[in-house]
Amino acid sequence: MTLTIRNASKTYPDGTRALLPTDLTVGEGEILSLLGPSGCGKTTLLRIIAGLETPDAGTQVRFDDEDVTRLAVERRNVGMVFQSYALFPNMSVRANIGYGLKVRKVPRAEREQRVDEVLALCRLGDYAERAVTALSGGQRQRVALARAMAPRPRILLLDEPLSALDAALRDSLRDELAAMLRQFRITAVFVTHDQAEALAIADRIAVMSQGVMQQVGRPEELYREPVSSFVARFIGNAMPLPGTIADGHLILPGGRLPLAAGTSDAEVFVRAEDVHLDEAGPLSGTVETVAFSGGHYRIGLAGVTGETLFATHPGRQAPRPGDSVRLRIDAGDLLVLPQDRS
Amino acid sequence: MRLTLPRLLQLAVTLLTAAFLIVPAIQSILAGLTVNYFRGLSSGFTLRWVGEVWRLYADSILLSMGLAVACLGVTLVIGVPAAYALAKNPGRLSRILEEFISLPLAVPGLALALALLQLYGSMTGFRTSWTFILVGHVLYTLPFMVRSVLAVLMAMDLKSLEESAATLGASTVTRFRTIVVPNAMPGILAGALTVVTLSIGEFNLTWMLHTPYLKTLPVGLADSYASMRLEIASAYTLVFFVMIVPLLMAMQWATDRAQRISR
Amino acid sequence: MANRTFIGLCLLPLAVFSLAFLALPLVRLVMASSEGTEGWGIYLQILQTPRYLQTLLQTVLVSLAVSVVALAISTTAGLFLARNRFPGRGALLSVLTLPLAFPGVVVGFLIILLGGRQGLFNTLLPGHVVFAYSLLGLFLGYLYFSIPRVLLTVMAATEKLDPALEEAARTLGASPYRVVFDVILPGLAPSLVAAGAIAFATAMGAFGTAFTLATDIDVLPMVIYTEFTLSANIAMAAALSVLLGLATWVLLLLARSFAGATVAAGG
Ligand SMILES: Nc1ncnc2c1ncn2[C@@H]1O[C@H](COP(=O)(O)OP(=O)(O)OP(=O)(O)O)[C@@H](O)[C@H]1O
Ligand SMILES: [Mg+2]
Repeated sequence: MTLTIRNASKTYPDGTRALLPTDLTVGEGEILSLLGPSGCGKTTLLRIIAGLETPDAGTQVRFDDEDVTRLAVERRNVGMVFQSYALFPNMSVRANIGYGLKVRKVPRAEREQRVDEVLALCRLGDYAERAVTALSGGQRQRVALARAMAPRPRILLLDEPLSALDAALRDSLRDELAAMLRQFRITAVFVTHDQAEALAIADRIAVMSQGVMQQVGRPEELYREPVSSFVARFIGNAMPLPGTIADGHLILPGGRLPLAAGTSDAEVFVRAEDVHLDEAGPLSGTVETVAFSGGHYRIGLAGVTGETLFATHPGRQAPRPGDSVRLRIDAGDLLVLPQDRS
Repeated sequence: MRLTLPRLLQLAVTLLTAAFLIVPAIQSILAGLTVNYFRGLSSGFTLRWVGEVWRLYADSILLSMGLAVACLGVTLVIGVPAAYALAKNPGRLSRILEEFISLPLAVPGLALALALLQLYGSMTGFRTSWTFILVGHVLYTLPFMVRSVLAVLMAMDLKSLEESAATLGASTVTRFRTIVVPNAMPGILAGALTVVTLSIGEFNLTWMLHTPYLKTLPVGLADSYASMRLEIASAYTLVFFVMIVPLLMAMQWATDRAQRISR
Repeated sequence: MANRTFIGLCLLPLAVFSLAFLALPLVRLVMASSEGTEGWGIYLQILQTPRYLQTLLQTVLVSLAVSVVALAISTTAGLFLARNRFPGRGALLSVLTLPLAFPGVVVGFLIILLGGRQGLFNTLLPGHVVFAYSLLGLFLGYLYFSIPRVLLTVMAATEKLDPALEEAARTLGASPYRVVFDVILPGLAPSLVAAGAIAFATAMGAFGTAFTLATDIDVLPMVIYTEFTLSANIAMAAALSVLLGLATWVLLLLARSFAGATVAAGG
């Protein structure tokens, strides 16, 4: 199913403009992640798709060719995994998963068969008769997913499905969830504020900030070609290089960097892995901190920009704090973005 | 437990209080079972007075049981949906409404009964039927049902549960039936036991609302205290204890359980 | 069915019931109080009639005494039961809370068994010890009725007190007495006020107990009852009821805004 959203916006009764007019299309079988900091309107958009929130006038939500904007949530046939999972405490795992089929009056035999199928897909067979209160966090998450999938929804919506788990579990379940979503082959919208989660699970990522859709694209696109400083900072933690631009160069406290011709009135960013220690480099700085993190060193450098600039150094040896070093940043690695209006 | 002087004093107060509460109750049980209370226990034990009570007051006892069941039915039908509606809209208006229906807890039953009599006393058919007493009982017990269910509903994540049921295709009515009511069960049970216990013991309103042909158990008790010999009055009280004490214990158990869930 | 419609339907039975059997009757009661020869002046008349004034005073005094004594006893016993574990504690607790379900009439009868003509005291003690039908008997009846309610409130509040506060006071060198007066009682104060108010309001309106014991004593519920049934002075009965209901309601409202829950059972 293809989801098409046109001009979606939401103003809460207290006047909060949680979502400013937004367009979005999610293709057949595509997994799209809504990514953004807390309070940016991700849940609001997801709930508008589900039909749990009435959007402002002018909004249009289409499932394939059908306009569902005014369709009640219980008729939309969406599957939703809630942040808290919202499993029904009065029912067993099996009854939870079968609930959607039961309220649709699917005959018992067919229902049981479908539930068994989903139980197997989500590796919950051993827990079918348990009370949902007697499950671990990871198991609950799988029950929530199985319950949402059992009625064969047209679209699957997930609101931070991993955030209720503790950090260690979250990492291992991320890949598992990604694999399960792929095997379902369903159109899915997945809300998260964790970029690692979005990168691991999504086909495309929609980055939001303060109710505005900033950029939608494949992970590589967002990483390599962010359209705004917000996206650059949010995806891959790009660091600003605040300096003055004069005759084709960026002038920093630690030296000058050549820019593409005609650049003016722009913000320049760079990522730590694109800052190289190079004795012949045009920039100079002083090592402030050195942290070893497995495959590489993360080196904090003073004196290059006004703030600390970080470099990822893959070598076997690292300079020591206090050392003076020279640096190189290749022109192609600079992210040159228009000034933020705000 | 180390026995220090203050502890001993506390213990003494506690024991004396317990004696004050239990001694007359035991007296009434014994008096209801002895042949002649004035002559003392040596006159022997008998179930004669209990039999006498049944002969004299069976109607009252049965009426009270019927009223309690009817009262439970009405408070369930009115109270459970109302608690749900109040839980869904936890606004100022809901608080005021809850406060208003709780008025019968604060205003003495006598005053409420007078109010009912003023308005409906002249509608003879209604005034002389058992439903008039039922109205009084529902008035008094309804706030307990509403509050008990409301407390459990407020403690659970009603919004998410209902929303997830809705995305799974459940209509409003189906959600109420399959999600709300089953999960509110501990509160409903506690409320139900409270309603039955209170209805069986209700006197203040009932005394004013009853007619000579419709006497509830407590009205019959007052009647026996005024006009029967001590043994019969005691035996009747004993019958009342046998009915009310298990109910009270069940009610306390259910209320504790519901409160543990709401916490 | 739309959500709002369903919620409206859920509230409908409650709305109809409480309008028909609570709101309208109460309005009618207030109106009825003005339908005597005095009109609204009846409230002034109450304040100018010595008998009513004395009844009011007597009711307030008895109720006040009951709440103070019930508080003292229940706090002592409640703290003891909440803070100590010993064999028989459960049974003691049951004995102290079972009367919760006894209606006022039954309590009245139990007081007669203690202090009536065939009562325990009169048969065991020499001389003529009959107190059931005096003010003392009424006081004891109200006390019997109040103790379980106040006790439960106190124990619930004690369980909510943070034991760390007491331990902190002890480590700072406070004696057990000081701990009671500096930590425990201040911590319980809101609940005690609430429980006292409940006891007071209950005693003010107690009809069942008074009905069995106070045949010769003027307390407000009995006066209302006799005005209504014997004198057929409907307006006066209504006016006194309005005053009584207003007083207990305001009192309980104040108490609840001061602290938490109500314990009530038995009629
Ligand atoms: N019912 C509501 N009434 C008023 N304001 C609301 C309501 N729900 C959300 N908001 C506001 O709308 C904005 C967007 O909220 P939303 O829940 O969509 O954010 P989110 O991106 O999902 O955040 P999070 O990551 O914290 O879940 C926030 O400023 C929030 O405070
Ligand atoms: Mg959210």
